[in-house]
Amino acid sequence: MDNFPILSLILWLPALGALGLLLVPRENAELARRVALIVALLTFLVSLALPFGYNAAPGDATTMHFVENLPWLPMFGASYSLGIDGVSLWLVLLTTFLLPIVILSTWDSVHTQVRNFQILMLLLATAMIGVFISLDLLLFYIFWEFTLIPMTLLIGIWGGSNRIYAARKFFLYTFSGSVLMLVAIIGLYVLHRDALAASQPGYAGSFNFSTILANLRSGALQLDTTVERLLFGAFFLAFAIKVPLWPFHTWLPDAHVEAPTAGSVILAGVLLKLGSYGLIRFNLSLFPEASRWAAPAVAILAVIGIIYGAIVAFAQSDMKKLVAYSSVSHMGFIVLGIFALNPEGVSGAILQSINHGLSTGALFLIVGVLYERRHTRDMAEYGGIWKVMPIYAGITLLVALSSAGLPGLNGFIGEYTIMQGAFLAPELSWPFLSFAVLGVVLAAVYLLRMYQNVFMGDLRNLKNQELSDLNLRELATLTALCVPIIALGLYPAFAFGPMQASVGETLAGIVTAVAGR
Amino acid sequence: MESLQIPPVDLRLLTPLLIVVGWASALLLIDVFFVPNGRKKITGYLAMAGLAVAGLAGIPLWNVSGSTFSGMLVLDRYSLALTWIFLIAGALSIAVALDYLPRHEIEQGEYYPLIMFAVGGMILMAQSADLITLFLGIELLSITLYILTGFAYPRVASEEAGIKYLVLGAFAAGFFVYGIALIFGATGTTSLAGIADYLSRQPFAPQDETLFLVGASLVLIGFGFKIALVPFHMWTPDVYEGSPTPVAAFMSVGTKGAALAALLRVTLAMEAARDFWLPLLAVLAAATMIIGNLGALGQSNLKRMLAYSSIGHAGYILLGIMVAAERGAEAFLFYMLAYTLTNLGAFGVLIALEQRGEAAWSIDDFAGLYQRRPMLAVAMALFMFSLAGVPPTAGFMGKFFVFTAAYAGGLGWLVLIGVITSAIAAYYYLRVVVKMFMQEPVRDVRPELTRGLNTEILIAGVATLILGLLPTPIVLLVEQSLVALGG
Repeated sequence: MDNFPILSLILWLPALGALGLLLVPRENAELARRVALIVALLTFLVSLALPFGYNAAPGDATTMHFVENLPWLPMFGASYSLGIDGVSLWLVLLTTFLLPIVILSTWDSVHTQVRNFQILMLLLATAMIGVFISLDLLLFYIFWEFTLIPMTLLIGIWGGSNRIYAARKFFLYTFSGSVLMLVAIIGLYVLHRDALAASQPGYAGSFNFSTILANLRSGALQLDTTVERLLFGAFFLAFAIKVPLWPFHTWLPDAHVEAPTAGSVILAGVLLKLGSYGLIRFNLSLFPEASRWAAPAVAILAVIGIIYGAIVAFAQSDMKKLVAYSSVSHMGFIVLGIFALNPEGVSGAILQSINHGLSTGALFLIVGVLYERRHTRDMAEYGGIWKVMPIYAGITLLVALSSAGLPGLNGFIGEYTIMQGAFLAPELSWPFLSFAVLGVVLAAVYLLRMYQNVFMGDLRNLKNQELSDLNLRELATLTALCVPIIALGLYPAFAFGPMQASVGETLAGIVTAVAGR
Repeated sequence: MESLQIPPVDLRLLTPLLIVVGWASALLLIDVFFVPNGRKKITGYLAMAGLAVAGLAGIPLWNVSGSTFSGMLVLDRYSLALTWIFLIAGALSIAVALDYLPRHEIEQGEYYPLIMFAVGGMILMAQSADLITLFLGIELLSITLYILTGFAYPRVASEEAGIKYLVLGAFAAGFFVYGIALIFGATGTTSLAGIADYLSRQPFAPQDETLFLVGASLVLIGFGFKIALVPFHMWTPDVYEGSPTPVAAFMSVGTKGAALAALLRVTLAMEAARDFWLPLLAVLAAATMIIGNLGALGQSNLKRMLAYSSIGHAGYILLGIMVAAERGAEAFLFYMLAYTLTNLGAFGVLIALEQRGEAAWSIDDFAGLYQRRPMLAVAMALFMFSLAGVPPTAGFMGKFFVFTAAYAGGLGWLVLIGVITSAIAAYYYLRVVVKMFMQEPVRDVRPELTRGLNTEILIAGVATLILGLLPTPIVLLVEQSLVALGG
């Protein structure tokens, strides 16, 4: 089993499923949904082997696991190389876990061109998994950019009334952010090649992340301060737009609000995590000095994002917008944790990435449930829903509390660890901590206010009297999301376990830098 | 009196060129005497067969290199690779024309041999190691194109395009010849190897240097017109818009490609004068990328948009040429192939949508195309993403190679301009995708997909994807394409 290309299998299964869907007649929506669901479930099942086989896989805890390496562009040293470590492990799993849930939700929320929707969704899954598991910078960039095409089409074809504007904004924002990263990747490649060609004439260069990292750490490749900061900046911009960090967030509310429910779930659940993953994987590891240099400034942006997102979320009457802005706030937490630059902060950020994917994904599904029944997301239209939809209300309460960070649920663990990291970071310490705490309080305020307005009180609007409670499918998707929400809250060590060594490895450069000053 | 020496001639080195030109000449006669009116498609198929034979004849030459006609023409892998690209461009341009011409009632059998002559001119340019033969190639190409741009007679726009192209082309030719004369005056030779040799023997007399630099600048301007570099690009949108669409498609890849290929050889010959031409070309490339892409932003006519986009792409290709020694030549060849396939594919879709007798080309006609012809829309989206440089398409790989070469060659600031203009370009390419997939049809457009067109779009689409996903074999091929100067 050692050499079984399990990552390739997980990566390409959805894409193969998308190809297979081309054979399904266009009118046969039911069959298309079923095929997609089977493919997604299969992918999830295969991916379950990752956490369970993780420790048994060859290599020690600090290196990449399940590595695959095939030459792809040997003359440039680019290769098809895949691998995961404790940072990407859970993100891959989050993707494969959300995929069947999202597809299951399309029975209720996607009614036109169902087959093509599934094709794009599966292609998007392949692209996202590819981003998480690529160890080759060029391959990474290709998957990174390719996510744009299916997501743009998902928003633009199946979205709401203002979908074209949202789709275009999404594409152009993220594309513009990424092109500078391409320059940085090329620059890093050329610098690395030239540095090593001095001792090994004729060296073709390499795009391999591990190779470049090893040479950076061994001193074979030395970046001067300005170059390092420029490279850091180019990577950072691409990731900050994707996260999105305030003030690069303006595409997000549009995209979220206009996207179909399934699109919003995948957007919030996984796509934003590509940004936080990139920050951890590339910015922190490759440019430790520049990361330390930029950390205070980035942390300020993150804190502004936390507060700003929360305040704007509070002011919304549209539930989907509220959840979208809450994303800005929550992603601010994640960036704050990353740029605390210590194991606590980064581990918390990774866990919170997962948590946010689960909770916010669930919140979007929950908003979708009401929207499908009443075709409005205005909170004023609702009130007292608890009386007609008790199961729905119960699950919503659980998810909202998880998102607000109630102890015992997953959100608390992530936010607590991040705040601990921020407090321990010498550059950040208590001012940042206090703002983060304020963010947590505000989160409780806007989420509970939404809960109160929609579910509590009397059933004022007569139109709501006939609302039916969750059907089996909706119940299944939401329950499935609640399982890890509770499990991670009660026993986070399961997730933190494989993370520790990898986070330590990621931060090794920064720790050295601290020791050296 | 010395007897006239006839230098030894090795015609084998010119096999593809001779086949193309010879077949074209024969085909002109065959078309007149044997092909009945109304069945001129036969001529088209014969022309494609000729191009295919020429391509096959090139295969055994892969391991051959050398020069002939006193070093005026060379055969190297570089020229052979380009020959194949040009043959593909020619064949695809014929494929899209097969049904276009009768549909627009401008079917004349001469179209096909003319395209072949143009391809011959392009091959001649790629094989030239002497400014004189280079000029011959340019003229062979240009004169056929003067006819082809005006081919849609009696449509006024087409005639206007023909005249415009003729006047500016003649102008450019003047610059070019005068430049050659001055270079000859300075160096005493027109052969590229001779020029390279002369330049390496620094220092030379100041008046010679001035003469040479003026001559080189004039040649550069001549190239600028042919490649449509900013600020010599003004004719492009008008000419493309007026020409029959298959001709515009052919010009957008053909003229540009051949002129760029020749420019690469000339700049290599003038390697010693790099300090002189590099800043000039760098400024031209920057201006071309910026103006070309900004110009495309405002276009609502798709043909004009593609014209501006082709100007912008010439800027990217120029990056590869400037750093030819730093793998730029390979990057140039790859980009050229990727761009040729993608652009011809995009024009193919354009032709499918073109209604009879219409000159205006509104982007609105693409609205809702996805609902009518899903596969056509998907193909067009693929071409648009490829032109924009979004992975995993050939266009992205081309840009990646060119940018890497330019960065390694010390042109980092141009790479920066390159990616920023790419981001700008994404806007107008995306607009087409948005129209096709996300909007409702505005008016009734019936796309006509015939077999020739279908095949062309299919080939271009598949190649665009394959070059983007698995570029390795092609890169290996172009890697070995070393450039010779002849001697």
